[in-house]
Amino acid sequence: MSDDILLRMRNIRIDGKTGDDWLPIIQGVDLELKRGEVLGLIGESGAGKSTMGLAAMGYVRDGCRIAGGSIEFEGTDLAKSSVAYCRKLRGKKIAYVAQSAAASFNPAHRLIDQYSEAPVIHGVMNRTEADTDATDIYRRLQLPNPDEIGFRYPHQVSGGQLQRAMTAMAMSCRPDLIIFDEPTTALDVTTQIEVLAAIRDAVDQFGTAAIYITHDLAVVAQMADKIMVLRYGELVEEADTRTMLSAPTQAYTKSLWAVRSFKSAAKAAPAPDATPVVSLRNVSASYGPVPVLHGVSFDIHKGRTVAVVGESGSGKSTAARCITGLLPPTEGEILFNGKALPPSFKKRNKDQLRQAQMIYQMADTALNPKQRIRDIISRPVEFYLGLTGKAKKDRVDALLDMIEMEPDVFGHRYPQELSGGQKQRIGIARALAAEPEFIICDEVTSALDQLVAEGILRLLDRLQSELGLAYMFITHDLATVRSIADEVVVMQHGKVVEQGPKAEMFRPPHHPYTDLLLSSVPEMDPDWLTDLLAARERGEVVSELPPA
Amino acid sequence: MHPILSMALRRLALGLLTLLVISIVIFSAVEMLPGDLAQEILGQSATPETVAAFRKELGLDKPPVERYFSWLGGVFQGDFGKSLASKREISELISGRFANTMFLAGYAAVIAVPLAVVLGLMAALFRNTWFDRFVNVFTLSTISFPEFFVAYILILLLAVGFPFGLALPFGLLGLWIAVEGYGAMKENFKINKSPLIPVVFLLIGIGLIINMVMGFMGVENWNPITKEVRAFPSIANISPESSLADRLDRAFLPALTLTMVVTAHMMRMTRAAIINLLASPYIEMARLKGMSPWRVIIKHALPNALAPIINVIALNLAYLITGVVVVEVVFAYPGLGQLMVDSVTKRDITVVQACCLVFAVTYILLNLIADILAIATNPRLLHPK
Repeated sequence: MSDDILLRMRNIRIDGKTGDDWLPIIQGVDLELKRGEVLGLIGESGAGKSTMGLAAMGYVRDGCRIAGGSIEFEGTDLAKSSVAYCRKLRGKKIAYVAQSAAASFNPAHRLIDQYSEAPVIHGVMNRTEADTDATDIYRRLQLPNPDEIGFRYPHQVSGGQLQRAMTAMAMSCRPDLIIFDEPTTALDVTTQIEVLAAIRDAVDQFGTAAIYITHDLAVVAQMADKIMVLRYGELVEEADTRTMLSAPTQAYTKSLWAVRSFKSAAKAAPAPDATPVVSLRNVSASYGPVPVLHGVSFDIHKGRTVAVVGESGSGKSTAARCITGLLPPTEGEILFNGKALPPSFKKRNKDQLRQAQMIYQMADTALNPKQRIRDIISRPVEFYLGLTGKAKKDRVDALLDMIEMEPDVFGHRYPQELSGGQKQRIGIARALAAEPEFIICDEVTSALDQLVAEGILRLLDRLQSELGLAYMFITHDLATVRSIADEVVVMQHGKVVEQGPKAEMFRPPHHPYTDLLLSSVPEMDPDWLTDLLAARERGEVVSELPPA
Repeated sequence: MHPILSMALRRLALGLLTLLVISIVIFSAVEMLPGDLAQEILGQSATPETVAAFRKELGLDKPPVERYFSWLGGVFQGDFGKSLASKREISELISGRFANTMFLAGYAAVIAVPLAVVLGLMAALFRNTWFDRFVNVFTLSTISFPEFFVAYILILLLAVGFPFGLALPFGLLGLWIAVEGYGAMKENFKINKSPLIPVVFLLIGIGLIINMVMGFMGVENWNPITKEVRAFPSIANISPESSLADRLDRAFLPALTLTMVVTAHMMRMTRAAIINLLASPYIEMARLKGMSPWRVIIKHALPNALAPIINVIALNLAYLITGVVVVEVVFAYPGLGQLMVDSVTKRDITVVQACCLVFAVTYILLNLIADILAIATNPRLLHPK
């Protein structure tokens, strides 16, 4: 056994409790990690990636147990060690970076207090040393105002900075191993680059080994030396990064690689004199005294998809709220088939409300957990169309058929008995139930795995061609834009910076902001991040947001 | 101006408005009480003429609206008027009684609040264990019995002396707590290296066993405050001349009764608020930083659970002050509650009004303080972006 093996997991099996039964989550996976090596763990949600990562710390979540196998860290089996022994390692030798820094920083304490906690409690440094060290690490990770940022509370710091502060916190005891659990999944593409660069720097500078968990192949290609693909808690394939990307051997891996193949058929441009279904005319809006939208105008025509892209905070969702009347605009108007809609939904009649429906990002929270699927879909059928009894039942059955779900199998289930993709389909059926002309899709695929997301996109595309629906598709994912959009509206700081047909948008020259967005989308090439950062350094591509 | 300060001022103004509304409600409610003070004082045999003359003398013949405003005007200047029955100044009558009530409430709060919060934290730490269940069952039992019942049980056990019949079961219970508690801790938490918890359980057990033995020997309970072997007094008749030690001794049983009544709420809210947060990602993060379970609860969960805990504490403190009527009557404690009960029976409406208003002020003030504290402990509001 060579000495540079840091972590060796053998035939590890982890069970999770469902009701009274223990069901396997991880079914005998082997893992080996050398000092200073970065391992990428990829797979869809539910594949057991996070469970594996946590198990490397000798930790299982409540309701889970290690059923067998060994986790040797520096030669000691954590599966057989005492709780106290594992606790001494955690934070000190093995650190963890969570998916959502906003949720994983304690809202009640300042960043620097949370940074210093582990080194002080583990006896690595005293408080003064830890505070000085924090500033040093913040500077290395290129956080703005490194001397001062630690004294802020988590809610006072932006998402990307918070994620870097969490990476800094993980470095605080100079651990031998860091588990990165989807650290950039919740971030915008432009912020993601900064965090990826910071993580790579940190790992390089201290020679830390890392397990990098993600479902985004392009991201893992930038970070990892070798890649393991997991599915249903079993290892599918393992190889070094370049081999894995160029020559995957397993069918499942190949399907993951090929997932972005879907592209909607090109549609004829609308007649120049056609009335758009929805038309925003110079719309401005504000939350209280804070203006968020500044004179936004765009049109959406029948049977076409307008993708609205931009980072979080750019006003995409606010524009949707204005259209639905949830946030009455302060200026401008919204036309529906050429007629102005009342600004507030309270003043709209039932038919005007029926015409514009919405599908939400988080199907989990958008469906009432106490209602059966049939009731969820029946409600708009009854409310908008006034159908009852047999007519209502037939309509719901037809809707379920439309979204490719068996009415008899799924009708009586509760939302929590469905998978993420199925829940999102129910969200679509509920929107369709009102028989609208126009649907707002707010980040509908961003919470889903790529294979499932593709299924949703195909479904939306089919429904559009069958029913002639107009979509406003809000997203920050340019790959989704490529596959489904007819027209693109790019938003930044509450303004439209560029708009036009998709083909034109993806062809230079771009507005600098569009350029930044486009160049920030990770590519499957392992050298992409290195090349991009170098090019930005040389000033060949845009590296900063243009001012507001 | 700091947002907290402006918020506090706004709440204070709202509190005053609430108070004004309450004063109207109190006045109208008292007005609607059946019976008549003049009739009550003069007796059944009084002639209608005498009653009418007496009513005029007391000012009861004036229209209610006029009486309300003259009463309110007086209250704003600190003048509650005179007791209709005893002719004494009400402010003088109330001040001593109010101080007594505050003393009793403070006494009970000093025992109950730390006890409830610590028990709540421990129940959260050792959730779903034997300890958790025991604390829950015990506090819920004490809150389920009416106050006077708890009071009489305590008098029976601690004032009359420990009855032989109960000595044996209590002693056995103590032994069982000691053994079981130690076993449960060891098994569930692998914290047998920390001597604190088994020691606490052993002490409880030993205390109850000593109690049992002393019961068998016929020795009455030893009173640690007066350093003499005798039971706690069942009559809490303190007077302005009583020394602090004497007051603490005499008010012990009422304070203990109140403690048992209010602990359950606060303890359960603390437990629930903490457990509610234990699934948060930042709690998992703290665990993954290698923090001990106790530190996770105190340092990471508690600061985020303060708002609901503070609110339920304030509610219970308000109850300690305004809800003591029954306990004061049982122990003959000269507090505001007893004064109010006496005044109601005597139809002494001005005193009843004054007592109600004092209670209302306490209630509003405590809730105001709770609101401000709940906001002040929230960094999002204290340190805006």
